[in-house]
Amino acid sequence: MDARAELLDLLRENARYSVSDLARLTDRDESEIEETIAALEQAGVLRGYQAVVDWSQAESEPVRATVELNVALDRETGYDDIAERIVEFDEVRSLRLVSGDFDFALDVEADSMGAVSRFISEQVAPVPAVTQTVTHYVMESYKENGIEFDDGHDDDRLSVTP
Amino acid sequence: MTGPSIAERVRQVPPSGIRRFFELAEEMDDVISLGVGEPDFTAPSRAREAAIASIEQGRTSYTANRGKRELREAISDHIEKWELTYDPADEILVTAGASEALDLTFRALVDPGDVVAIAQPSYVSYVPGVVFAGGTVLPVQTRAEDEFVLTPEVLEEAGAADADLLVLCYPNNPTGATMTHEELARVAAFAREHDLTVLSDEIYADLTYVGEHTSIASVEGMKERTVVYNGFSKAYAMTGLRLGYALGPSEVIDAMNRVHQYTMLSAPTTPQYAAIEALRSCDDSVERMRTQYDRRRKFVLSRFSEMGIDCFEATGAFYVFPECPWNDADAFAEALLEEQKVAMVPGSAFGESGSGHLRVSYATGLDDLRTAMDRLEQFLQ
Repeated sequence: MDARAELLDLLRENARYSVSDLARLTDRDESEIEETIAALEQAGVLRGYQAVVDWSQAESEPVRATVELNVALDRETGYDDIAERIVEFDEVRSLRLVSGDFDFALDVEADSMGAVSRFISEQVAPVPAVTQTVTHYVMESYKENGIEFDDGHDDDRLSVTP
Repeated sequence: MTGPSIAERVRQVPPSGIRRFFELAEEMDDVISLGVGEPDFTAPSRAREAAIASIEQGRTSYTANRGKRELREAISDHIEKWELTYDPADEILVTAGASEALDLTFRALVDPGDVVAIAQPSYVSYVPGVVFAGGTVLPVQTRAEDEFVLTPEVLEEAGAADADLLVLCYPNNPTGATMTHEELARVAAFAREHDLTVLSDEIYADLTYVGEHTSIASVEGMKERTVVYNGFSKAYAMTGLRLGYALGPSEVIDAMNRVHQYTMLSAPTTPQYAAIEALRSCDDSVERMRTQYDRRRKFVLSRFSEMGIDCFEATGAFYVFPECPWNDADAFAEALLEEQKVAMVPGSAFGESGSGHLRVSYATGLDDLRTAMDRLEQFLQ
């Protein structure tokens, strides 16, 4: 793996690895690590560093939904134009154009079911190109960003083995 | 009443050298153990699913003595990457762990008084295995200055020229040392010259971090005098499923199978299904684990160098084998355990040439590894 690929892999595993740990883990100099991360940020490859939250363990939990969106394109309106409008909303946590039965997949987050519903019916559905929305509320999350939300496996290995 | 009397060959084998240390560590809470000789990962889910499916389908009978044909064929394909060609029909034997395969070989090849040279430091089972079979052990001490690579010089010095068998293990437990083709070729020349049969434990072959693994059996003229051991415990994190295999000349595999069919009958069936799937579809999982080990290896070596601990660059298995900062590694390991709750195994447990060293396993998550290194640093101050 080259330095960029390796750093991306490590930061996706844990964005809070310190520069010194990243250097140790890859057997590279700290300065090289700093430069590579800076270059990745500059190039727009690294767009942010965020926490993975298990809301079921938190004191309050936002309501989240996955929304399927169908749209109708015309000469003046392409997918990118529609996406540009929709990404503007704070409620939209992610927006992807996907293959299959519908066009866009949105992750939406708000304080209540009412707020999510209102957001879809009052903000998303009225966008002229949008022909259909299907909202799936998230009921339980088992894994986010590659991290499993269980208690982990107990290490039942013997403490010292040959 | 005098009670049953324990056989002499069992009495002469002392309890495992790490036993006492294990008991100490087990008594304490919150110990971070770098003394574990098995992966901290679980077996790939595809392999586990295959095992479960086989049970659901009621596949719970014996298999062929030598192991399921399908598995032997998959093994035969898998080992081609190491330039090993073995016939699934009569040159491969599936066993309950590579340990069983080694034991079978000792029983099949060792007559009372036969001399078995064992390259040390080594895994703790070879010596007792030879003793149980009635053989005589000839320890061959590899040297720290050679980075624990086996050389014809140390073989000569130990008198291995007169031995019948030679046991070696690379990538090595406990040192993490690996051997290149050239280095193995020198040992191979010695073995051919002195007519030694070589037992090559390559259970860590897939966990090689620099260059490619080389099997001594792939060196010219060695296949007919070598038995190779491998299995699913380490690379596939399947230790508890107890499945390994041996590769060797058909007459040796036949002899081993004769012992195997009367003692084990066949390796456990369920793990064989897991193993077939592992070989078929789990290369990516192995690669992911290998990547993690490699990072941890670099991490630990960096930390040692920052602390001024001497350690050669181990390039295989999941161990590094630093020089102990104190003369007495046993005392050091015990004090480190008591004061900082970090367990490392004193190298002397693996043979004389391991003394003055510590075996540090990095089959432990990075968080624990980081904490363990911080505690070690604290301990040294």
